[in-house]
Parts: sequence; C-alpha cells; structure tokens
Amino acid sequence: MAVTVLIPTPLRPFVGGRDALEVEGGNVGELLERLTGEHATLKPHLFADDGRLRSFVNVYVNDRDIRQLAQRDTPVKPGDTISIIPSIAGGAAASVGAPQAAPVPSKAAPPPVLSHEEILRYSRHLILPDVGLDGQKKLKAARVLLVGAGGLGSPAALYLAAAGVGTIGIVDFDVVDKTNLQRQILHGTSTVGTPKLESAAARIHDLNPNVRVEPFETRLTSENALDIIREFDVVADGTDNFPTRYLVNDACVLLDKPNVYGSIFRFEGQASVFYAKRGPCYRCLYSEPPPPGLVPSCAEGGVLGVLPGIIGSIQAMETIKLILGAGEPLIGRLVLFDALKLQFRELKLEKDPDCPVCGRHPTITAPIDYEAFCGIGVEPSYDGAEITAEQLKDEWDRTPELVVIDVREPHEHAIAHIDGARLIPLGELPDRLGELDGHHEIVTHCHHGSRSLKALEILKAAGFSKVRSLRGGIDAWAVNVDRSLPRY
Amino acid sequence: MTLVLDSRHVSAIRRHGEADYPAEACGLIGGAVDGDRKLAVQLVPLVNRRTDSARNRYLIDPESFRRAQERLERDGLDIIGVYHSHPDHPPAPSAFDRDHAWPRLSYVIVGVARGRAAEMKSWVLADDRGTFEEESITKEERKAVWQ
Repeated sequence: MAVTVLIPTPLRPFVGGRDALEVEGGNVGELLERLTGEHATLKPHLFADDGRLRSFVNVYVNDRDIRQLAQRDTPVKPGDTISIIPSIAGGAAASVGAPQAAPVPSKAAPPPVLSHEEILRYSRHLILPDVGLDGQKKLKAARVLLVGAGGLGSPAALYLAAAGVGTIGIVDFDVVDKTNLQRQILHGTSTVGTPKLESAAARIHDLNPNVRVEPFETRLTSENALDIIREFDVVADGTDNFPTRYLVNDACVLLDKPNVYGSIFRFEGQASVFYAKRGPCYRCLYSEPPPPGLVPSCAEGGVLGVLPGIIGSIQAMETIKLILGAGEPLIGRLVLFDALKLQFRELKLEKDPDCPVCGRHPTITAPIDYEAFCGIGVEPSYDGAEITAEQLKDEWDRTPELVVIDVREPHEHAIAHIDGARLIPLGELPDRLGELDGHHEIVTHCHHGSRSLKALEILKAAGFSKVRSLRGGIDAWAVNVDRSLPRY
Repeated sequence: MTLVLDSRHVSAIRRHGEADYPAEACGLIGGAVDGDRKLAVQLVPLVNRRTDSARNRYLIDPESFRRAQERLERDGLDIIGVYHSHPDHPPAPSAFDRDHAWPRLSYVIVGVARGRAAEMKSWVLADDRGTFEEESITKEERKAVWQ
C-alpha cells in the first residue's frame, strides 16, 4: 500500500529532483526506512548518527505532526500524504511525553497527625477528593524551599503557608525597602527596614501558626547550595538574577529535586517545573545566559505589580500538585503569560541529551562559578570612566558646555530629570550620534548607572574619547546633589 | 554555484538585520536554479520563533516554512536559501548553524555590529554535512519583473 511522501525543496536533489514519491509502508518508521534505503544520500539529512530523526526534521501525516501522534509508529494508509517539513535551525526536537503525576518523595518519615484546629482550617481541602486527609498530611509533612522572598516568593509563601505546607525554608538576605511594597505582598509598610526573613516569618506565622519557617539569611552560593537544598523536597525559584537561577537549577539536578521555576519582566512572565528525573532542566531550555546587561532586571526595566502575584501563584500551585501527586505537573512545558493581552501560551520543552548537567554525559557534576559563567566580573573595567554626582556638579558649574546625556526612557524622564541633561534613550543612541560634538566632555547617566555604562561603550566604539558615566545614576544625583528630585 | 542577489534583496536583508537587532533576524529566499546560478527572486522575511535566546539563535518553524513554500510554488519558485543575521558576530556559520543546516540551500548571513549591518556572506552545507563552504554572492541590478 503506497502513500505519497512530499519532499521539501532542499532534499529534492537527493531523490532525483522529484517533489513527491510513492512509498510502501504501514507506519511512518517503515516509510522513512524504505525511503532512505532507496535514496541512501538522503539518510544523513534526516537521521542523526544515533538513528534518531534530526530535531529540525518534522514529519506530518496529512496535517498532523507525528510528535502529537505515535511518533515513528504512527500508522499510515493508502491515500495519506506524508510531508517532510523543515524547521530551520534550532528547531523543535522530540517533545517529552506527558509526565505522569507522582508525589515527590518526602523526607519526613511517619505521616503526621492533624489537630482539630487544622482539620477545621483545612476543611475545604479535606473535602476535595484529590487532597483529602491523606493529601493534607502530605502537605504537612512536606518541606519546601523558597529561594527569594520577593515578588515571586511573596504569593508563593502566602499560599503555601495557607495551604498547610508544614515547613517552608526561605533563603534571602535582603531588607524590606519601600519600592518592594508595590508587589511583594508578604511585607508591609510596618516592616520597611527590617530583614525580609523576619518580615516573612511574622506574616506567615500570623497566617498559619502551624507552619515552621526555616530562615537562611544568606546569599545562595556554590558553597552552601547543596547543603541547604538537600534538606527540602521541592524548590521554588523566585530569584531575579541569572547566576542564582543556574545555581538553583544545577543543585536541583544534582540532588534530584524538582525546581518550580518562575520569572517575570514588565508585563510578561513564564513558569515551568524543571525536574531532570522526568523531563528537561533550565539548562535544556537556556543553555547559556544572555550576555550581562542585555536583559534588564526588574529594577531597571520595571514590572507590573500584579504579575508576580500570578506567576508566583502558579509556582505555589505546581509545588502543591507535586507534593500531592495530583494532576499533570508543568514538567516539559513552559507557560508564557502576557498580562497586556491576558494570554497564556504553552511551549513544549525537550530534554537536551547533550545538556551539560542533566544530559547523557554531564560535564557539570558539582556547582561551578556562576558569576563567571554568566560573564559577571569579566566585564571590561570602567576605571576612570565614571564620575560621582558631586564631581559632576563641580565640573558642570565650572564648564557649562559639558554635555550630560540622559539615556533613560522618556517615561522615566517624566518622573524625574536633571535640568540641562539631554534625553537620548539608549536604544536611539547609535542613530543619534550625529547630534553629539566630540570636542565636548560628555557624561552619560541613567537610573542607577548601568545603562549609562553601555552608552559609554557605544560612544567609545564610535570614536568619542572624552566620555564618562555618572556613577549611581540620577538616584545618586537625587541623594547627593539635588534633594528636590523624587527617587524611584 | 553562485548566489545572485538583486541589490534590493541585499538592502532588505541588511535592513531586516538592523531592525531586529539585537535579536537575530531570519527569512527565506525564494528563487530558481539556473545552471550554476541560484537566482533570488523574492524574499520572505519571517519572525524569529526563538523567544528564549533570540540574540544568538533563530528558528523558522515548520508551519512558516510550509506556508512560504506553498506561496512560492504558486509563483513557480522554490526555496533556494535562508538568510539570518549574526548580531555582533561575524557572518560565519557557527557549529550550531552547521548541525541544523539543510543541504543545497544557501545560508546567507549578515553580521550586524552594534545595530549596523556589516559584512554579508553566503554558505552551503557540504553533502556529507561535514563542512560549510562559502559560496560567492553576485549582486545584479535587475528590473523588478517579480513583485
């Protein structure tokens, strides 16, 4: 029984220039085998050395991708059309099969007992068939580690505590700051200036005194990560920087722990569960970090306050599902959320067989130096290229023709600006170099002093030599020179 | 083989690379093979589907490829190549490019340095998949008979 196989342009030279062939076979695997048997030079373009279909080769039976059907075992019948469709570079490889729900093994030995108070408190859980008394006991026995008690950690901590997770570990060394309160609902106006751990423990204790909080007032480092994470069942990653995110990932892979991941930026967020035992890890998705400075942090780029509430709640939900073994965990899937469109999208994630930490031949077997891996600390040094706010004030008073360029965005300029500074947003700078006179001293400034260093690179590359950057940005100016400016 | 590009193709590829900087821009090249000349007739600029690391990766998904192929075939054209940009990198194929390449297609790469399009080169995968070989680009001023 012959079926029609459509050949894409780049492969036609290997089948005598034809765009379609009639091939015999009962399923896709047989068809491809016969096809490459008759046209041997075609084989290396479809199959990798290990016999697997190459990741960028997509096979459709009629209009359906065989990855959504039975892969190579997908049956075919006469009249079917098989299309080989390229994805060009980086394409989607075999997706991970739907992961099975199975509870995460808990370290606690005997099942705990619930008090009358707890039975009343959790009654809406107890009458849910998927939770029930057994599930509630699993939650009580569970130990969850939150890395970060900030935007994502806040809703996660509140919902996990409310749900009755017995032990919540929190790693954070920060102090509550007024700019946190727009989104970090774990903290309040009364706790500004106190350590986040203290603020979090007090709020959690008020919400549910049955929860034990284990505080780790430290930065998570390559030295302490394994020891801290080892003692927990599930890790919820609420970090805001790449070195820690890779560290959490690697430590979880090395210790076989699920890593419930979330990240947010401006109006968009993403979430997934990285559990190398059953699916891909963060490195399979992002094998390398973006160059330092390319992706602005929330402090630089801003974030909608409700957004971490949504993504952090998804993390809490997935954590609870993992503990209960309920439903389909977000393993092998990445959820993308767009707040402005109110749209959730889902991407299938594949496990990378060559992943350096969870692949077949891992090269990372212990935590590495993540700052170096993320290119932090190897940035060019800016000695002498920076100027303090006080120095700038001095020089500007003496040399009024000095040019100060504000490389922030117009909406930031509207919040506060330095009188006399010229607004040229960083993104427009390369196109507006013509407006600048290289004979004058130039000082760039931004909010906190990091974008202005990038502006400096652009100016230097374009041949400007008398350029410096305002250290600490307009924030330092507001603190040290012009106290009438609002800080943001 | 030489890849024959019209000057408006060259400038369109350069502009696309600049517009999407610092992400990689990508698209398909429709045309026809005439003896040892691959004649580009029409470009199909596409959206880079790699949202995760678009700065150093690009992806044209199978659905986009299929739609472009159907559209070009209606005009009697084939997909003869792919173009993409290398933000802040020279226009030489990476090992990743080679691993994921399709044979016979021209891979046109334009380097985009700090947002400005720079050198452009074209490459073809050897049939044994072992190497990428540079292919000459001939720029020709042609009357726009195809639109």
